[in-house]
Amino acid sequence: MRSYSFRKLEDRMMISLAYAALIIALIPLISILVETVGRGLSAISFSLLLEEIPPLGQPGGGIGPAIQGTLIVVALASIMGIPIGVFSGIYLAEFRQSRFASVARFLNDVLTNVPSIALGIFGWTLIVVVIGWSVIAGAIALAIMMIPIVTRTTEEAIKLVPITIREAAIALGVPQWKTTLTVVLSSTKKGIATGILLAVARISGETAPLLLTILGSRFWFSGFTQPTAALPLAIFNFSQSPFRTADLPRAWGASLILIFIVLAINIIVRYITREKYG
Amino acid sequence: MSYKIEIQSLSAWFGSKQVLQDITMKIKENLVTAIIGPSGCGKTTLIRCLNRMHELTPRAKVTGRVLLDGEDIYSENVDPVTVRRRIGMVFQKPNPFPMMSIYDNTAAGLKLNGVADKHRLDGIVEKSLRAAHLWDEVKLELGKSGASLSGGQQQRLCIARALAIEPEVILMDEPTSALDPTAAAKIEQLIRILAENYTVVIVTHNMQQAARVSDFTAFLYLGKLVEYGLTKDIFENPKSELTEKYITGEFG
Repeated sequence: MRSYSFRKLEDRMMISLAYAALIIALIPLISILVETVGRGLSAISFSLLLEEIPPLGQPGGGIGPAIQGTLIVVALASIMGIPIGVFSGIYLAEFRQSRFASVARFLNDVLTNVPSIALGIFGWTLIVVVIGWSVIAGAIALAIMMIPIVTRTTEEAIKLVPITIREAAIALGVPQWKTTLTVVLSSTKKGIATGILLAVARISGETAPLLLTILGSRFWFSGFTQPTAALPLAIFNFSQSPFRTADLPRAWGASLILIFIVLAINIIVRYITREKYG
Repeated sequence: MSYKIEIQSLSAWFGSKQVLQDITMKIKENLVTAIIGPSGCGKTTLIRCLNRMHELTPRAKVTGRVLLDGEDIYSENVDPVTVRRRIGMVFQKPNPFPMMSIYDNTAAGLKLNGVADKHRLDGIVEKSLRAAHLWDEVKLELGKSGASLSGGQQQRLCIARALAIEPEVILMDEPTSALDPTAAAKIEQLIRILAENYTVVIVTHNMQQAARVSDFTAFLYLGKLVEYGLTKDIFENPKSELTEKYITGEFG
């Protein structure tokens, strides 16, 4: 048997290895945050937040319409995607044995992995070609991206609710559907909220499907059937601009605001779904 | 004294595995009937057939009849949900709703079935908690989480929750097996008192418990009803050799 001091050394080495891996994993994350905050903060001003988007290279103006556009498109996508995703997840969890459920689960997993640009083309062919570049087209494309994420996390969250809780309600003469919608859902709020957050965060930063659906714009929102601006598109355009001194800070500012929006949604949802007896 | 429940040729399956074979027995009103037997003999399945919980398990099947006040609860026009409102159940492990306060746990059955009248709920919550001998311990902290109570208190909370929907029968599936002896003794006392107003059916693997709390005892072995009679007779004078071996601890 190896000596105690050798085993202690082994133990220390493994722990140091784990720490090292963690630090390596954190480096890119922290440097992104530091860089974005460092460069973005100086670009942020009232006019950046509130003014219309200038043509590339021009001084002045802001990214107001992009913030507005992102909020509108993401909200619209969430209104469509969250209920469909949550109820699909409930179906998959409640009727997990049915054949239809296993087919649906498989298709759902496939949908999760469809590249977002493909969803953009889908939105473009089916909606844009009919009604033109529009907020609606973008929201539908993003909703389609949300649904599989929300569905899967809802299903997993519901499956974690102990059967004893469900049985307790059923034995009280509560119908099964009501048991699911009340007792089961309320004991898994946090899990479902996490899924929704993941999905919202994911779609907020999507660029590819938006390029092909909402097109982008320099002006304020002018209707659901009109093109609109969005932060990821603004970031993309400004960062590709040949006028670096004028436009690059705007790209950083827009990035910082996008990160801030996702963070804010995160905090709000966590606050709403916090557990009384956590 | 009349019979509250009549079980007639009841058989039950999980998939192709038969776990209950042709059980016929009558359960008397306002008395405690204990079901004893070694692990896996079908005790739990038997009481889960009495409030139609067995069929919730995927691929589970039941045949035979269970009459509640003379009416078959398995007949086609009977809604299992209404059966479960008349026959309450307490489970092996205390299972209060973790997200609910003591008050809400007690009122859960009523609230989830649409009772919103605060005044009425207050009355029923107090009455049920008193009946479960928990009121004095929790009356000052009804807003606290049900999960914050001790195991024994949680089980009494579950009993209160079952009583709140005013059932006629209470089924108990090894209600003290997860509790310490002191907490178990309290539940046993409670069972005797509950029998004044309710028909109680209790599954237990603890023979002393069956002897202490029950009026009638049924001995189940490998899915068959071996012997059923007055608890006194079963323990002092068993007719079947198998029963005698089991209660004297030769197997089990």
